[in-house]
Formats: sequence, C-alpha cells, structure tokens
Amino acid sequence: MRDLAIALIISLLTISCSRKEGGIIIAGSTSVQPFIEQVAEHFMEEHPDITINVQGGGSTAGIQATMNGTCNIGASSRNLKIHEKGLTVILIAVDGIAVIVHKDNPIDDLTVEQIQGIFAGSVTQWNILGGKDESIIPVTREEGSGTRGAFEDMIMGETTISDACLVQDSNGAVREIIATTPQGIGYISVGLVDEREKAVSINGHKPSLTNLISQKYRFTRPFLLLLREEPTGLCKEFIEYTLSEKGQAILKEGGLIPARDIQDN
Amino acid sequence: MVWRIGPKTNQKIAFGVLLLMTVITVIVLFFIIIYVFKNGFGQLTWEFLTSKTHDMGKEGGIFPSILGTFLVTILAIIIATPLGVGSAVYLVEYARGGLLRRIVSFGADCLAGVPSIIFGLFGFIFFVIQLNLGWSILSGGLTLAVMIIPTIIRTTEEAIKAVPHVHREISYSLGGGKFDTITRVVLPSSLPGILTGVILGVGRAVGETAAVIFTAGSSLGIPTTVFSSTRTLAVHFYILAREGISMPKAYGTATVLIIIILAINFIAYRLMHRFMKRYY
Amino acid sequence: MVKDKIAEKLFLLIALSAIISLLLITFFIFQQGIPLIFKAGASNFFSTQWAPTRGHFGILSMIIGSLMVTTGALLVGIPFGLACAIFLAEFSSSPLQKVLKPIIELLAGIPSVVYGFIGIVILVPFIREYFGGPGFSVLAASIILGIMILPTIVSISYDSIIAVPKTYREGSFALGATKWQTVRMLLFPAARSGIVAGIILGMGRAIGETMAVIMIAGNALKIPGSILDSVRTLTSTIALELGYASGDHRAALFACGSFLFLIIIILNIVAIKITGRK
Repeated sequence: MRDLAIALIISLLTISCSRKEGGIIIAGSTSVQPFIEQVAEHFMEEHPDITINVQGGGSTAGIQATMNGTCNIGASSRNLKIHEKGLTVILIAVDGIAVIVHKDNPIDDLTVEQIQGIFAGSVTQWNILGGKDESIIPVTREEGSGTRGAFEDMIMGETTISDACLVQDSNGAVREIIATTPQGIGYISVGLVDEREKAVSINGHKPSLTNLISQKYRFTRPFLLLLREEPTGLCKEFIEYTLSEKGQAILKEGGLIPARDIQDN
Repeated sequence: MVWRIGPKTNQKIAFGVLLLMTVITVIVLFFIIIYVFKNGFGQLTWEFLTSKTHDMGKEGGIFPSILGTFLVTILAIIIATPLGVGSAVYLVEYARGGLLRRIVSFGADCLAGVPSIIFGLFGFIFFVIQLNLGWSILSGGLTLAVMIIPTIIRTTEEAIKAVPHVHREISYSLGGGKFDTITRVVLPSSLPGILTGVILGVGRAVGETAAVIFTAGSSLGIPTTVFSSTRTLAVHFYILAREGISMPKAYGTATVLIIIILAINFIAYRLMHRFMKRYY
Repeated sequence: MVKDKIAEKLFLLIALSAIISLLLITFFIFQQGIPLIFKAGASNFFSTQWAPTRGHFGILSMIIGSLMVTTGALLVGIPFGLACAIFLAEFSSSPLQKVLKPIIELLAGIPSVVYGFIGIVILVPFIREYFGGPGFSVLAASIILGIMILPTIVSISYDSIIAVPKTYREGSFALGATKWQTVRMLLFPAARSGIVAGIILGMGRAIGETMAVIMIAGNALKIPGSILDSVRTLTSTIALELGYASGDHRAALFACGSFLFLIIIILNIVAIKITGRK
C-alpha cells in the first residue's frame, strides 16, 4: 500500500516536470470558440506534436487572461475598449449578431426600436408585435460577453437591457433556451444559428451571408485573436494557419465572413 | 390536530400520508437515475469510452474526460489524505481536548459546508492566475484537495476517537511508544472509518463542477502532464447539456458519471458498515 | 524516545500545513472581499442594484433570491424528508429499512449538474406549460433543490429518531399510546436537535448550490415578484461573472463569497448550540 503510494507520487512528479511543451492555450469568446476549436482540430491533425487547448469564458475573460498571461492567445468577439489597448490584435473573421426566436414564432421581422423595447422591458407581449397572445421571454448574455457588448452597441444604443431578462453565459446556452421556449427571444452569433431556431430579419434585412458582406444587415462585429506582443513561434504558426486559405475556408464553411474576403473588398 | 377522530384512525391516516410521501420521494429519486440511464445506456459502447472527443463534443467519445477526471481526483486525494489524516492524528492524539482542537474542528466543519463555487473563486484567482499554474490538472487538483481536506479531517477525527482507549493502554503497557501505538494500533483500527471519509471525498470530487470548471478548464484534448487543461466528466456533461450540443452524448456522459459515483459511494457505505460493526 | 519526539513534530508539521492552507483560503476570501464593502459603503452594498461594471454593488436582490430559493427548498425537502425518515424508522419493517436507507443515501451522491439537467428537460417546460411564466423560476429551483437535500434530511433525521432509546417507546406503549401518538408527542421532541441539525445541513447545501441553480433559475437580476419569476442567487452571480471580473468587480464577487462564508459559519454555530455538541 505504502509502496503503491510512493510509486504514484514519483510518477506524478516526473510527469509534472515536463512543462507545457508545444502547447497553446486559447481562451475567450464563446462565439469564437467553436470555430477556433475546428481550426485547432485541423491544425493538430497536421501538427500532431502540438497541443492546442481552447477555453470559453467570454470575450472580456479572454482579454483579461491574455493581459495577465493565463493564456497565450485571447479570443474576442468585440473590439477592445480603451483600457484594454496594448494588445496585438488580429482579425480572423467577421460575424453578425442574429436576433433569434422559436421556430414556431410567426414573427419574421422586427425593427430596431421593437427589439429595444423588448429587451428594455417596455414591450412585454408578443401580440403587440403581431404575434401570439403570450408574454415575451427575453434572454440576454452576461455583462462580460462580447456578443452582449456588440448587441448593446449596435442595436440597443442608449437603451439599457432590463433586469428582468433571463441571463445565460454562452451562445450555446442562449440558443438552447430559445430553441425550446416558444415565447423566447435572444441574440447569438450569426455563425451559430442552426435549424432549431429562427433568425428574424431586422428592418427588413435577413442576416444572410450576402447581406452581411454588403452591409445591408449592418449588425456585424469582428472576431479577433489577441496576444500580449507580436506573435512568435507556435502562436505565429497557428495564427498564420488560421489566416491561410485552409483556415479561412474552415471559418467560411462555419458561416462566418473570413478576414480574407473583407480585405479583398 | 386530533378532532373527533380516535387515535387509532388518526394513526391510520398518518400512516397513509407518510407512506404516500415516502413513495413519492423514492419514486422521484429513482426516476432521476432511471431517466438518465434509460437515455444514456445505449451510448455506452467501447468506442464511446475510449475515443477522443471531436467537434465540441458532438462526435467521438469521452476518453479525455474520463482520464482527466481520474487524474484530477487522484491528485486531490494524494494531497488531501496525508494532510487530512495527519492533522486529525495530531489533533486527537497530541492536542487532546484543547482549545486548538475545538477551533480546528469547528473550522473544518465550516469549510466542509462552504459552497464549492467559493473554492472555485479562490482556485481561479490564486492557483490559475496568481501562481500562474494556468487552467490545469494541478490547479484543479489543488483546489479540490483544499475542498476535501476538512471533510477528511473530521471523518478521520471521529474514526480515531472511536478507537477504545483501552487499546492504547494495552499498547503502552506492552512497552510501545506513542508513535508505535498510533501506527500499529490506532490507525489500523480506524482504517475503515478513515477510508470511508477519503472515499466519500473522492465521490464529492468526481461530481464537482463549479470548483473544477474555473481551475482545470474545459479543454477537450487528452491531458498529458499535470499542467494540461482538462474537462472532467461533470464539466463535460454540464457543457453538453446546457448548450444542447448533443443530447445523446450528454446522457451517455451522465450515465458514466453516475455509475462511477454510485460505485464509489457504495464502496464507502460497505466500509462504513464494517467500521460500525466493530464498535457498535 | 527519540522516535516519538520526531513523530510528534512530524504530525504537528502536517497539521500546521493543513491548518495553514485552510486559513489561507479563509483569509484570502475575506481579505479580497471585505475592503470593497467598506469602499462601496453599506448603502451601496445592500442596495438592490447590481451593476458592478458601473459601480453599483448592491447584493440585496441576490440575497433575497438565495433566501427565496432556499426557503422553497426547505418547504419541499422538510415535509418529505421527515415523512420518509419517520416512516422508515417507525412504520416500516426491518428489511425494508435495510434496503431503502442505503439507497437513499447513495442517491445523495448524484452530481448537482444532473439534477439541473433534469430540471431543464422536465420541470421547466412543465412549469411554463401549466403554471405560466418562463419556467426558469423560483419554483423550479425550489423543487430541484428540495429534491437535492432530501437524502441529507432523511438520513440525519432517521439516525436521530433511531437513536432515541427503546425505553421511551416502550413506556409510551405501556401507557396505551398508538405508534403515531408516540412519534408525535415523544420521539419527535426527543430527536428534535438531531433533526434540526440535519435540516440546517440541508439548508447549507441549498444556499451553496450553484450549477443546478444557474441551469434552471433563469438568473434574471430583478427581484422575483412571484415564484414563477426568474431569480438570481449569490452563488449564480459568482459563477456567471467570475471569468471576466476585474478590479472592484472581482472584489465585489469576493464580497459575495465572504457573505456566503459568514452565513455558513452562523449556521454551524446555530447547529452546535442546538445539538449541544462540543
């Protein structure tokens, strides 16, 4: 028994002596996360000796983690604020914010003012907007979310999101609630909308890829990778991969507008 | 509460109500497990248990999580058990009945009841950020260790206290010193009780989510060193379930998790029984 | 003997290490959190506005949230828990006891995320459909938390009732009382301190639960107007904002943590006073 314990301790110590060899830690936006995970998976297939760990936590969490060195690369779905400047910023794609409702919700289009009213708590019934006679259940993200930041900047403007909204801490969680709650409404990354819910058109424009590129649907935000200083070594390799044709194709397939396409315009 | 109904009828009514409530309770508790198992059992293939995770959890298996859970828990136990048992030994055998002992017991009881998210808060700021250990098995293991040390101290304390004083006296009268008495008489006798506490701590660690998600992280790769981030089974299940990534896989993960915990608790229960049988 | 002296020092060292690590956490939490309470001032800290990125650190709505959910959990857990315990202890046969009690205790080990999941999948839609509201509500959280603390209450209450000496029961029966009368007027009061201790333990668990609550309570900051409204607890706030909080915001989360810590300490003191333990 004692010998077993000693053996275990020694083996753990030996393992622990090999520190992070060939590894990158990416942390931040839950909007960016699934896409960067896919890129990372392909990257690791081509470079089997390199490990990439992807964490969520939200854009602000990722920015923080980059600034204090907890991760190598941060992921953000919003632009940096003034007090966050000083990091190296790399645009990898552009994404839109989609306002989503349940599949069976008869409403297909909303104006910006209507959305403001819903999330501010002044519009509380679907039938006011032409829908069913039911209460609206708005779902928002937590304050540190890049998606929320972008939503507040571009759609809410000066209006504050009401305290009565439900709060969830990831795109996936919001999507899951909307997909299963008939009276629900929320906002997520355009790239993450799937067939289980419906993205409404805003002021007449659907959040399609063409509309995003032509800016007819103007609610777009950048997907950024952040570093403390200029990328070197493994980080540089990974970022170059993400910006390469292969990497950008993966992002495009996922439903984003790759950075390349923007530069070409 | 007794109206014009006689005591015998009153009892019949009471019996009926109690029976009903008990049946409801048992059904609800069973329902939860059966519901998860029914939906998850089909997932338990060899593939599922041994493959890597792909596509955020939509595809592949849960091997990285099984390994990660194992590593984090083992680390926590290796750290917590010597510290916990050693402390309890000191408190009972050397610091008998003193103020120190009562303060430490009280403190351990309090810490055993502190919400796990607070340990997560502590672990994130202290281990992950300040000590720069990052999201890792090390951060997770240390946080869990700190979380279960109080429980181990308390259960070991009770187990050691239960050893009849006579045993110690016999040892002394045969010429044994204090150290020998402790290691050859007291500890072996209280071993089942101690093990019960340790195993219950393991059970708690395996099911823990709040403290682990902020310290060990949520990476899906196979952990290679103690500095690797990992996603334990409980965390993986939490993420799969709340994001609706894959319900079948979520059920499968939950099934594996529950089976592991039930097995652990069952072992602890049998041990505790053996321990009780010795002295009661 | 030399061996004994070394051994004593060794054990002391181990004990000190453990104690230091436990003290470390305690002080860390309070040291990070308490200064903020003074900085923000009592009127800010105990107000209902929680907007930490804008300087509002009011935790009152979350305290109320935690309180509502815990009370709800106790309203569910105590009646059923006690009923189970009494039934098992006094009204059921020995083989049934031997089988059911361990099973109930085993069920105490089901992780909280599983309870939360069942809540999302079954309870929340049910409440939304038949009672109204978003479904993510005080009611949902109370029921799930109540179920979670059932094994604790059953287990400890059962042990307390069984521990009452046989002579009490025999005396009561000799006087012609029925079993139920015995339970109600004799055993219950006699086992009261143990039962209350079990309830307090369950209460501590309910207050501290995080994951299940985040999944089913909706986390809206507004103080709930009814049990069908969404609610935010102290623990949920810490979990939701921990990842990105910095500076004063982070300190405010530690302040929430300190508050919870304090409550647990108070509960433990009450439990000791009631059970008369040393």
